[in-house]
Amino acid sequence: MAEIILKNITKEYENGFQAVKNINLEIKDNEFVILVGPSGCGKSTTLRMIAGLEDISEGDLYLDGNRINDVPPQNRDIAMVFQNYALYPHMTVYQNIAYSLKIKKVPKDEIDRRVKEVAASLGLTELLDRRPGQLSGGQKQRVAMGRAIIRHPKAFLMDEPLSNLDAKLRGQMRVEIADLYQRLNTTFIYVTHDQTEAMTLGTKIVVMKDGEIQQTDSPTNLFNYPVNKFVAGFIGTPAMNFFDAECTEEDGMVVLRTADGMIPLPEEKAAKLKEGGWLGKTVSAGIRPEHVRLCTEAEAAFKGTVSVFELLGSNAIIYVQCGDQRIIMNTDETDRQEHGSEVCLKPLAEKLHIFDPETERTITN
Amino acid sequence: MSKKKTKYKRRYDSLPTVLLFVLPALIPLIVFWIYPILRSIYLSFTNWDYISPTYKIVWFKNYASLFRNPRFYEALWHTVVFTAGTLFPTIILGLILALLLVKNFRGSGIVKFILFSPWITPTVAISIVWSWIYKVDGGIANTILTNLGMTPLKWINSSDTAMLSVIIVTIWKSLGYSMIFYLSALERVPGELYEAGALDGAFGWRQFVDITLPSISPTTFFLSIITMVNSLQAYDQIQVLTQGGPAGSTRTLLYMYYQLGFQEFNMGQATAVAVVMIILTAGLSLIQFKVSEKWVHY
Repeated sequence: MAEIILKNITKEYENGFQAVKNINLEIKDNEFVILVGPSGCGKSTTLRMIAGLEDISEGDLYLDGNRINDVPPQNRDIAMVFQNYALYPHMTVYQNIAYSLKIKKVPKDEIDRRVKEVAASLGLTELLDRRPGQLSGGQKQRVAMGRAIIRHPKAFLMDEPLSNLDAKLRGQMRVEIADLYQRLNTTFIYVTHDQTEAMTLGTKIVVMKDGEIQQTDSPTNLFNYPVNKFVAGFIGTPAMNFFDAECTEEDGMVVLRTADGMIPLPEEKAAKLKEGGWLGKTVSAGIRPEHVRLCTEAEAAFKGTVSVFELLGSNAIIYVQCGDQRIIMNTDETDRQEHGSEVCLKPLAEKLHIFDPETERTITN
Repeated sequence: MSKKKTKYKRRYDSLPTVLLFVLPALIPLIVFWIYPILRSIYLSFTNWDYISPTYKIVWFKNYASLFRNPRFYEALWHTVVFTAGTLFPTIILGLILALLLVKNFRGSGIVKFILFSPWITPTVAISIVWSWIYKVDGGIANTILTNLGMTPLKWINSSDTAMLSVIIVTIWKSLGYSMIFYLSALERVPGELYEAGALDGAFGWRQFVDITLPSISPTTFFLSIITMVNSLQAYDQIQVLTQGGPAGSTRTLLYMYYQLGFQEFNMGQATAVAVVMIILTAGLSLIQFKVSEKWVHY
């Protein structure tokens, strides 16, 4: 049970560098919140401030209504899983998991019962006598989680917990974390730069850049309704295609004119552009690779040549070079497109995202 | 496939090839280490007087008379006292200094250099300076004691305090060395361990005992072996400060070896002492290695 509120939180280092700039965030009980963003965006610093491992320069941090800015980490009742696991190398798995309870002077038989319970739930029973040096990456990660779980904390903080694992294991552990979240029914705050982890695990995603929160939303909303070009480009793999286009009205219809053709816009988007006074101006448009289609020359918004064709099994990713612009297409038409073959492409107009080229804010999604 | 493997094996396992790789390391080892040890063991079974070209084999007579000699047990005891008296303070004080200096502050580099400088100064030079410090009349040590209202000591001039005096010089010399090793060990302890500890509730003394000490245990182990061997081999400071006196109170096994061999010209018995020292050093190191399995974490 934990509700965490960050109110105007700023982290400024002694050299004047601001890692986190005046962020506001409300994390409700039982939410799985993901802090995501590129390296250096302040996501880990934010997490560490919540844990109490970094001082807060300005603002207030509340846990269940109590201001905890000055509460030391051990009294916050928060557990954290570190990127490099941070297991005590000289202790066995058992001792690692039991350590926090031992410090709290919990009776030995209760420690024993709880360690065994946690170990069983994480499949660590056979490994209790081993030291971290004798464990694989995945096993270490499980021990790190066990160490967090045993305390029954109010919230779990995880700082890029899967980044040291190979791709297969990462997928497996992701499922285990999701399962853990369902079982424990408590608040999770998870930092990652991997947006697949963000999209699959989170109930709420916070996208950060340069120490500022760009958007806080559900995974679906973030994907479908990004508030700006950064969020649109950051969420989704392969990343969204961006291109500049002129917004004009032709035969009573609002269209985006591209280098090779035009895209008639649906009414709703047309109205937004008209309202905003964008007619006759250049806008920045974005379309996700899965919303690009092959088409006839007459319908084409882009004409180009195939530079790379990646077959991924049930779908294929085609990289098309259109002049100096590269358009990526994610399609379930898996017939091989030869390198250099000429293709015509069109975006699904209703799926277009249109941004202000200056401010990069979304005009319409 | 298997044919190719055998061919490979034959080519590289041939004796000349192996020797070509091994000899550059083996020759100095044999000339300066293995041969002298074997020669010493051989000499310990003779009555060589260090000067005469001839000698007789006396087998275990040297050892028998050594083990009957109270001077030997006295020297053995002094060696134990000297080794323990230098080993523990060097390690503990070195660690304390490192803990104080691990956080950089203005001028910390200079402080580290000053503390380390005795290690790179010749022991003979250090010992001469300390012999002045220890002067009964007008020496700095007694001046300090008098100013603190304490009774002046006779330092190296009394059999009660001579060993303490030599131990202090030895600790002072090796302190910087252990501090430097501990500094680098402390810097290598991952910060995440302390952070995980902070969340678990480990701070202060608890953090030191549960996280810092085990993390730097390989360094402690290394230093304990090196300091022990250095103490067993201590000669310069004893020679300059006390010459094993007064009344043999600072005569260690090594110093006894020197006296037997080069003052009393009884090289046979002197090398017997040397052999005992080799066995003692090897035995103590072995014990340390065995015990270390329990407390050293790599």
